Amino acid sequence: MRTQLLQGNEACVKGALAAGCTFFAGYPITPASEITHGMAYELPRLGGIFIQMEDEIASLGAVIGASLAGAKAMTATSGPGFSLMQEHISFASIAEVPCVVINVMRGGPSTGVPTHPSQGDVMQARWGAHGDHPIIVLAPSSVAECFKLTIEAFNLSEKYRTPVIVLTDEMIAHMREKASLPSPDEIELVERPKPTEPPEWFVPYRDPGTGVPAMPSFGDGYRYHVTGLVHDERGYPTTRADEVEPFIKRLFQKISQDFDKLQWGETYYTEDSTLNIIAFGSVARAALSAVKEARARGMKVGLLKLLMLFPFIRRKVTQLMESSATILVPEMNMGQISREVKRVNQGRCRVETLNKVAHEPMTPQEILDKIEELYG
Amino acid sequence: MAEGRHTIYDYLRTTKRFPSLWCPGCGVGIFLGALLRAIDKSGYTKDEIVLISGIGCSGRISTYVDFNTLHTTHGRALTFATGIKLAKPELKVIVIMGDGDAVAIGGNHFIHAARRNIEITTIVINNNIYGMTGGQLSPATPLEMKTATSPYGNLENPFDICKLAEAAGSVFVARSAVYHVKPMEKLIGKALKKRGFSVLEILSQCPVQYGRRAGLSSAVEMMKWQRDNTVTVEKAKGLSEEELRGKIRIGVLADKEAPTYQERLESLRESLKEQVGAV
Repeated sequence: MRTQLLQGNEACVKGALAAGCTFFAGYPITPASEITHGMAYELPRLGGIFIQMEDEIASLGAVIGASLAGAKAMTATSGPGFSLMQEHISFASIAEVPCVVINVMRGGPSTGVPTHPSQGDVMQARWGAHGDHPIIVLAPSSVAECFKLTIEAFNLSEKYRTPVIVLTDEMIAHMREKASLPSPDEIELVERPKPTEPPEWFVPYRDPGTGVPAMPSFGDGYRYHVTGLVHDERGYPTTRADEVEPFIKRLFQKISQDFDKLQWGETYYTEDSTLNIIAFGSVARAALSAVKEARARGMKVGLLKLLMLFPFIRRKVTQLMESSATILVPEMNMGQISREVKRVNQGRCRVETLNKVAHEPMTPQEILDKIEELYG
Repeated sequence: MAEGRHTIYDYLRTTKRFPSLWCPGCGVGIFLGALLRAIDKSGYTKDEIVLISGIGCSGRISTYVDFNTLHTTHGRALTFATGIKLAKPELKVIVIMGDGDAVAIGGNHFIHAARRNIEITTIVINNNIYGMTGGQLSPATPLEMKTATSPYGNLENPFDICKLAEAAGSVFVARSAVYHVKPMEKLIGKALKKRGFSVLEILSQCPVQYGRRAGLSSAVEMMKWQRDNTVTVEKAKGLSEEELRGKIRIGVLADKEAPTYQERLESLRESLKEQVGAV
């Protein structure tokens, strides 16, 4: 462990490098700029590649290309650029190309309020790309978590051969705080599955039983076809219903089969709480302060901080609902993750929302006021 | 003949079901034959070649050939190619796009890839139309031409793809037509050898979506049009402006030397290594 004073965006850079990222392609946009700056400075020194592309579509295209050539690759952006990347998030999903996209959320819609915090891209991260597709979305709420979850984003993308989104917000991205980062030997890294059979026996999209086919790099001697068309297990386009449906289902199942392991969230003071808050990102910080203050005033309030937004951590959330009279979901949007909470609630408890779209940070006082209103 | 046929078979995927998806009379297959013969002569092994295509009729080429192949999104093939070439510079990267693919939706990627001078052999098969989607006008459709989306005639000026490539910084620019099979094959060979971003425009015919609206009902007629309306750059030198009116120049249009992006990146890394070493 080393303790440092770091900015959230800088921690994402350090996390990516610690995960083995050797390729970054990006396009300038605030409040994600420091990630791009950090990669532009570090990667050439370390023998890696940084390239500034002509737009965000091109950035993710280059990232996917680099990943097909064997590199761990990443890009970073904010809302408007994230919208442009959706085309290639969809491609990475169907072609099963590992890649990491960091979206530092800022106020929207459109150009909105740049460099002010928001959580308006939750559903864009889940459903922004065309076509029915699985996605993994992680949400850090501290500088240390920016480091940790960027590494985990690479690990998950390699393990499942899928794009992984890291959703931070302007407040987490730009704040500086003390962060204890693990040393390299304490970090576990995951690499994509590689074929063990000789090229002449290799069938590129055959399910080896794990749901995740082996992935050779271009130039390794395993000549195969990669396409955004639905393909058979040899990689060739197919429109046969008996091949299309199993393929799409495998894309989902390769992740959903590990659903129990993917319940990434942390609970605070939930042993005896009847009013529980579910929050993520910078709002989770304000929520924890509010919970502590409410406890000091004798109220039995707890918090579940979501670290993984999608697949939505239903098990953990419903478990908390069993012991809750009320769930409060504060968010810096008009109600996005609260839709997921309400979807899984099914009458277990009362679900209340607190929505702030001033594109300013949610304060502990605002959450505390709501707690007092609901608790009384 | 026999020899030529076998050369192509060596590079086609035996596991992929034929026939191809291209219509009878399409020029893409003639181009593909020339491409494979040129690759065979180039000395590159199948494992060294990455063939990347966009979306459209020409985009399907990648499915049939036995290389590392990548069928990308519409217009964005060059962005994927950029990532592959930078991450694994030892690979020979070939990108094949159509006219709408390369200079409409992919126009921005096209000019910036040329500007960067990343070593990619880029081939644009220009049939002046969006074929797969039903014959809509493309940025290469001639003025006043009737298409599915210009039923009263095209109001837009077409791009000269080669001039665009050269102005954007391509170090090698050439044009041929599928009628000129042998010269086309030689030009592909030259483009493959070129260090840097090279662009080869191939005039091709789409009798189904373009020809029937243009009053050229058969592929043969359209190929005769290619024969009668193209002139080599060498021959063009001896012709007057009057004689050249309406003629399309074929052959090598630009050829220069310039450092590639990869070379600049390598020297940057070397200098950084020295700096780090000196500390």
